[in-house]
Amino acid sequence: MNVDWLNFTPWSSLAGGALIGLAASLFVVGNGRIAGISGLIGSLLQRNREGASEKALFILGLLAAPLLWGLFKALPPIEFQSGWSGLILAGLFVGLGTRYGSGCTSGHGVCGISRLSPRSMLATACFMLSGFCTVFVLRHLTGV
Amino acid sequence: MLKLNAFLAGLLFGVGLLLAGMANPTKVLAFLDVAGAWDPSLALVMVGAIATAIGPLTWARRQRKSVLGNPMQLPARKELDRRLVGGSLLFGVGWGIAGICPGPAVTILLTGHWQAIVFVLAMIAGMGLFTLLETRRNP
Repeated sequence: MNVDWLNFTPWSSLAGGALIGLAASLFVVGNGRIAGISGLIGSLLQRNREGASEKALFILGLLAAPLLWGLFKALPPIEFQSGWSGLILAGLFVGLGTRYGSGCTSGHGVCGISRLSPRSMLATACFMLSGFCTVFVLRHLTGV
Repeated sequence: MLKLNAFLAGLLFGVGLLLAGMANPTKVLAFLDVAGAWDPSLALVMVGAIATAIGPLTWARRQRKSVLGNPMQLPARKELDRRLVGGSLLFGVGWGIAGICPGPAVTILLTGHWQAIVFVLAMIAGMGLFTLLETRRNP
């Protein structure tokens, strides 16, 4: 294994992770809800009335985060590796997969593991595994 | 208060994603590329997030109501089924193609990158397809 020490950002990633955990805690302790982004969006798309304004405001907060960040300092780099077709295919798979799998990195990976849910641990193992495999196939086998 | 708290939680979540490097698809893909120049940073995002959330979520599991008076709504399902595994595997394939998962996708939506808009529209279409297939299955 060849670690890319130059781009390794242990402290900011730990601190960012801690903020994510704090935000998820704030939402569950205050609103009694799981901060799972795919679940919140899916619920809003299905016109589920229950808690719709709270869910929409959480999403609005996410949207506003880079605007708040931009008031104080320049945004961190946001660089894409895919073109049109890759983005569309990826988006479709992510949308469909997270709804069938009942969650994504936030709902299963952060909140689910934190409440020691076996379902979330299995889901996280699955999407990590297929994420690693997909990148391996695309980068090292097919050379796309 | 419920609404304000929801907004602040979302805001903090988004700032955390930006600080952590999760909002940069290139960095996410570098984490997923274990056979290349591997950037392990994102494992630390999970460590930091779980370390802070595990206490409050353990507390929440024993409550009926949230501090602001909402019913505590934690997922009750226990079954480890094919939908969970298949859906999560499919999600991982999408994540591995573009390096974007739902939280970061929303966070970078208004930063002026057309790629984020295309991805989110496709993601919404994927979620819509799920709803369509589900209503067909259970009309």
